[in-house]
Amino acid sequence: MTLWLSMLGEALQAMSANKLRTFLTALGIIIGVGAVVLMVALGQGTQSAVTKSISALGSNLLIIRSGSPQQGGFRSGAGGLPTLTTGDALALQELTSLKAVSPVIQQGAQLVYGPNNWGTQVVGSTDAYLDIRDWTLQSGRSFTDTEMNSGMRVAILGQTVAEQLFGNADPIDQSVRIHKSPYQVIGVLAPKGQSMDGRDQDDTVIIPLVTAQRQLVGTRFKGTVSIIMAKANSAQQLASGEAQITDLLHQRHRIAEGVDNDFSVTNMASIASTMAQVTGMLSILLGSIAGISLFVGGIGIMNIMMVSVTERTREIGIRMAIGASRKTVLLQFLLEAVIITTTGGLIGILIGIGLALGVQRFGGISVAITPQPILLAFGVSTLVGLFFGLYPARKASRLKPIEALRYQ
Amino acid sequence: MSDIIRLADLKKAYDTDAGPVPVLKGLGLSIAPGEFVTIMGPSGSGKSTLMNILGCLDTPTAGEYWLDGQNVASLNEDQLAEVRSRVLGFVFQGFNLLPRIDLKANVALPLVYQSVAKAKRLERAVAVLERVGLARQVDSLPPKISGGQQQRVAIARALVTQPRVILADEPTGNLDTTTGQEIMTLFQDINKESGVTMIVVTHDAKVAHYARRLVYLRDGIITYDGPTAEFQESQA
Repeated sequence: MTLWLSMLGEALQAMSANKLRTFLTALGIIIGVGAVVLMVALGQGTQSAVTKSISALGSNLLIIRSGSPQQGGFRSGAGGLPTLTTGDALALQELTSLKAVSPVIQQGAQLVYGPNNWGTQVVGSTDAYLDIRDWTLQSGRSFTDTEMNSGMRVAILGQTVAEQLFGNADPIDQSVRIHKSPYQVIGVLAPKGQSMDGRDQDDTVIIPLVTAQRQLVGTRFKGTVSIIMAKANSAQQLASGEAQITDLLHQRHRIAEGVDNDFSVTNMASIASTMAQVTGMLSILLGSIAGISLFVGGIGIMNIMMVSVTERTREIGIRMAIGASRKTVLLQFLLEAVIITTTGGLIGILIGIGLALGVQRFGGISVAITPQPILLAFGVSTLVGLFFGLYPARKASRLKPIEALRYQ
Repeated sequence: MSDIIRLADLKKAYDTDAGPVPVLKGLGLSIAPGEFVTIMGPSGSGKSTLMNILGCLDTPTAGEYWLDGQNVASLNEDQLAEVRSRVLGFVFQGFNLLPRIDLKANVALPLVYQSVAKAKRLERAVAVLERVGLARQVDSLPPKISGGQQQRVAIARALVTQPRVILADEPTGNLDTTTGQEIMTLFQDINKESGVTMIVVTHDAKVAHYARRLVYLRDGIITYDGPTAEFQESQA
């Protein structure tokens, strides 16, 4: 123990004898570790921002769209034909892997309240829609069964719509006109913010499905819906839910073998995982670029240590003559390298965190500072010191005392 | 076995491209504890090689070297380092102090390798520096003091571990005559006070007269071993 302390003292003393060089050597590690911490914080920040905006769509979400039926060589795109019905939605409710199912009709419409008017997307659906999309109510209530079944004119406003029509006033129990008919406002949704593609998710109005079918879309395709949204029981049951939906609709729509389905099922979780993969790649890319700079810093350490060993050959000879064993010489030089890298690592971590917070504050980019990459960067910098310090230290310890003493 | 140093048929050859070149050709030598011996010889006689072997900085090709009751000819590098640390003290021609640390740290350095605690190290270093007459310079750096003083520091460094043997290689070679005499007197005093065995390698006959016994080396063979007073250059 005393020997270790003494060697630590000898190493510190040798480092302080050449402060500028010690600092320049440590600089490589400071920049390397700082870059790793900053880049990983940026990457993870982006990743969590993307994940958050995807989960804002609703968790464990499956979206069924009417598909592209083939009619004599003519194929319309997805949603081209209204093949999904309220009946489909009811049938899907029986599936074991699904927690909730909600048929949805969407239609643009103009809303009027007093002198204010606002054009928005009106969603006709059931109360399950709120659960599926993870919407919460800021005030008011959701639809009652009577309101849904008998197609009463009630509406739940999104935050943006409420602000545009009512300003600061309370919209509950007020009457707004949608597509010329009066609707009673029964609830206001809590704000969700922008979606991943930059749309304002709060710019929406929800009315009962039956009401929408009667009042907005008319009778052209009676009983049809634009999309059906479903929520699986859990993330694990998303895939089985997707398969069950496909099977059931395949039967109900009487689709023959070898014919394209007239509907499509989108698993939002798979989109989320793709996005997570992309942003994960981004993190790895940024991290590895930073890792390379850490490696280069390590080579800098090795370079300086080699020079130092050559320069101090005579000193090593003297130390050996007065009793230093090869082990203690090795220890001294190794400690020097490790002290430089760990100190550099600590400074680098502080600088990295500082820069990350600065970027968050002044650059408006979200960063995530987690302990794992910081501990990793610190551990790696220590290992870099050991790895790149070992060769020069061994070289020093293998010197022959008489040759080292003769060295000028 | 009361001898502190005993050589038996000691040989050393250096490997060169032209084959092994013998430098020491079978030396026998016994030195009792507390003796003051000078080793003399012209350049090329092998006295530096002998010094390196005596100092455990080099190993012999053949033969035995008993130091303090241990045959060090068979030891490995780490064991030799241990022997250098515990048994030997070195004084070099070129002083060989570390220029960037002060005198007391220089003198305390051998104790680092004996795992002596720092406070204790410095305490002992200062005490030895006082003994060699440098009590007021303990905080100076080596380049700031004279050559004679530097050699005193080197002697203090050799003494601080209380070794059995002090080896000095041309200790007056870089000093003027007066300073050289002072250093040799210091060696004599230390030898008398502490009973440490003193071996000085030199080519200077005046230096040799400080020692009672003289060993003369020529072409790798000991040609004279006896009282310094009776030695004449022509005899060798």
